[in-house]
Amino acid sequence: MTRGDLQFDGQGRLSHLLTIEGLPRQTILEILNTAESFISVGEREIKKLPLLRGKTVVNLFFESSTRTRTTFEIAAKRLSADVINLNPAASSTTKGETLLDTVRNLEAMHTDLFVVRHRESGAAHLIAEHVPAHVHIINAGDGRHAHPTQGLLDMFTIRRYKGPFENLRVAIVGDILHSRVARSQIHALTTLGAAEVRVVAPMTLLPTAVEKLGVHAFTDIRDGLEGVDVIIMLRLQRERMSGALIPSEQEYFNLFGLTSEKLAYAKPDAIIMHPGPMNRGLEIDSAVADGPRSVILPQVTNGIAVRMAIMALIMGGSGTAPAPAEARRAE
Amino acid sequence: MRIAITGGRVVDPASGVDGLCDLFIGDQGFVVGVGTAPTGFAADRTLDARGKLIFPGLVDLRARLREPGLEYKATMESETNAAVRAGITTLCCPPDTYPVIDTPAMAQMIQQRAWRFGLAFVHPLGALTQGLQGKLLTDMAALDEAGCVGFSNALEPVTDSLVMRRAMEYAVGFDLTVFLHPNDPWLCNGGCVHEGEVSTRLGLPGIPETAETAGVARDLALVEQTGVRAHFCQLSSARAVAMVAAAQDRGLEISADVTAHHLHLTERDIGFFNTQCHVLPPLRAEGDREALRKALKNGVISAICSDHQPHEPDAKLAPFAESEPGISGLETLLPLTLKLVDDGLLSLSEAVALLTCKPAQILGIDTGHLGIGATADLCIVDPEVRWIQSVDRLTSRGHNSPFLGWEFRGAVSHTLVGGKIVFEAP
Repeated sequence: MTRGDLQFDGQGRLSHLLTIEGLPRQTILEILNTAESFISVGEREIKKLPLLRGKTVVNLFFESSTRTRTTFEIAAKRLSADVINLNPAASSTTKGETLLDTVRNLEAMHTDLFVVRHRESGAAHLIAEHVPAHVHIINAGDGRHAHPTQGLLDMFTIRRYKGPFENLRVAIVGDILHSRVARSQIHALTTLGAAEVRVVAPMTLLPTAVEKLGVHAFTDIRDGLEGVDVIIMLRLQRERMSGALIPSEQEYFNLFGLTSEKLAYAKPDAIIMHPGPMNRGLEIDSAVADGPRSVILPQVTNGIAVRMAIMALIMGGSGTAPAPAEARRAE
Repeated sequence: MRIAITGGRVVDPASGVDGLCDLFIGDQGFVVGVGTAPTGFAADRTLDARGKLIFPGLVDLRARLREPGLEYKATMESETNAAVRAGITTLCCPPDTYPVIDTPAMAQMIQQRAWRFGLAFVHPLGALTQGLQGKLLTDMAALDEAGCVGFSNALEPVTDSLVMRRAMEYAVGFDLTVFLHPNDPWLCNGGCVHEGEVSTRLGLPGIPETAETAGVARDLALVEQTGVRAHFCQLSSARAVAMVAAAQDRGLEISADVTAHHLHLTERDIGFFNTQCHVLPPLRAEGDREALRKALKNGVISAICSDHQPHEPDAKLAPFAESEPGISGLETLLPLTLKLVDDGLLSLSEAVALLTCKPAQILGIDTGHLGIGATADLCIVDPEVRWIQSVDRLTSRGHNSPFLGWEFRGAVSHTLVGGKIVFEAP
C-alpha cells in the first residue's frame, strides 16, 4: 500500500480525508452531491440529523482558527455528534508532548474522529498512519500542504453559482507559495476537469515548477484575469515583507489587489471568492469584497454542509445512518 | 592466527588483481602471500571461499557513531559491530559529536574507544573551527598529531568566507586535507526537501540547488586561491558535479564523494511525507541522480559513502520537516553499490575501488588494498545470496532506512580486521 492510498480502507471506502490529490473524481462528486442534500438542514428550524449520534468528534487545532473550527463544530453538532474543541498549542504540547502522544491520549478516550490542524505539512498523514482503523482523520489544514475541506467547499460554491467545471476558467490570485488552500483547490479543479486553472502572483510567491500541478502561471493580474469565470483571492500574510518576498503593502495592492478596475478584465458574470480571513485594502478592495459578484459569505455557509457531508461519508458511509458506536468497535 | 583463504575471486583494484587467488595471512595480521603461500606457512584456519568474492575491507568516508553525546541513538560498539557485519573495516567520523571533536583529547578518546571494541578502525575528522561555530580556528596541528585524518565543519556552514579562507590557508601549511559540505545557509533557509516538483506538491520548504552550487562556487574559489587539498562531501546536484569536474580539469587537487542513497533515490521517493527519505543534502531530481551516477563512471566522484546516521524511532515519528534527517546506511552501503554493478553502470572492480582504495587515498591512510605486506582488512562476499532488507536483519541501533523491503544480491560472510575474524555469518 502506498501512502497515497492511506485515505481509503481495505474495502475502498474513504476513511480519512487528508488531501484532494489522488481522490477520484467520483468521490469528490459524491461529497458535493451529499452536501447538496444537507444544505436544507441549515434552513430548517430544527437543524439536526441523527447520523452521528453517539460519536465523539475532537477538533484538534494546533494552529488557531475561527472559521474552520467553528464550521466543523456546527457541522458535527448538526449531525448529532458530541464535539470537543482542543487547542493543544496552549496545553500539553508546550510541555514537550509529541504530536503522536497527544493523539494517542485522546484516542484512549474513545474518539471516533479527529479534525486536525497543524502548522507542519504532513501532520495529518502522520497521525492517520498511526491511529487504529476505526479512528478517522480529517485534515483541517497542514502547513502549506493541504486544506481539503476548504478546497471542496470552494468547489461546491463554484458549482452552485457557475455550473459544470468543464467550461470554467478559474484564477487563483495571491500567495500561492505558502497556501494550502491553493494547493487543494488546484487538485480539485484539475480532477474535476476545469477548462483552465491559473495562478497569479509575483514570482516570489509562486512555488518552483508550479506548472507541474497543471496550472498556468501569470505575474500580471490583468492577463491572469482575462476572460475568467471565477476569481479566488488568497490572504496575504503581512509578515511576508520581512522575508523579502514583496516590497510593500502599497505595491502589492497596486499590482495584485482586486479592484473594480482589474475585475473588468474577467467575464462580466465572474464570481469572486476568498477563503478568509480577508485583508481589506491589501489583497481585495472593499467595494469588490462587498459587491454583487462576491460569494465570500455563501462560501462560509456552504462550508457547514460540505463538512457535514465529509463527516457523514467518512464515519457513516454513503450518507446512510451508521451502526451504533458499540457495534463498530466490536467489528 | 595464520589464516588461509582459498578458492575465492580476489578483487583488489589497488593492485590490479581480479581473479581466482588464494590469500595467506600471517600471525601479525598482515597479508603474507597472494596466490602462493610463503615457505613454511601452516594455516591455523582455512576459509573456503570457493564461489565467493574477496574485497579489501570497505572504507566508509562518513559515519556517525553517535558517541559521545547521543548514546540513546547508538554507540561506538553497536555501530562498529554493524559496520563489520556489512564488510566495512574503516570508518571516518565527522566532528559533530557532543562535545565536538575540536581538542586532541576528544580525538584520542574516540580512537581509544573504537580500539577497545576491536571491530572497525575509526578515524576522526577534526573540527575546522572551534565548536563548529565558524569563528575561531582549531589547533589543527595538534589534532593532526592526535590522529585526525582531516578537518571539516560537518553540516555547520562556515558563513564567514574570511574564516574559511584562513582555515584553508592554515591547513595548507601543515599539509592537511579539508572536507567541505558546501551549502549557502541563506538560500537553504530552513528547507527540508529539494526545491522542485515535490516541495511544491507537498508544501514543504525547499532547498534550492543553488544552496549547493553557491557553496561550491565559493569554496572552489578559496581552494584555488589557497591551494589546499580539499574533498567535497556528498554532492547532490548535477550542476555541482559539473563545477567540480571543471575545477578538476583546471588541475585543482580536489576529490568528491556521494552517498549510496543519492545514487538510488530521488525526491519522488518521498511520496506522501516518508520521513525515512528526509536527508541532507536532500534527494534531488532524476537528472541529478543520473549525473551523480555518471560522475562515478568518469571519475569526477571517487568514493561512495554511507553517511550513516542512526536514529531512535521517535526521531522519524514527526511531521516531515520536524523529523530528524539521516539514514542508517552502513548496512546498505555495499548492497547499494553492488546494485550499480547489476545495473551495468560499473564493473565490479570499479565499484570495489569506490569503496576501498579510493576513499582510503582521500583519507591518506594505508588500507583498502590486499598486496603482500598490507594489513589484512578484508571481507568475503557471497555474490549469489538474495535477501530482503528488514529491521530484523539490521545490526545498527538505527532502524531508520528507506531501503526496508528492498531486495539485494550479495551478502558478507566474513570480515577480517587486522587479520582477525571479527564477523563470520552463521
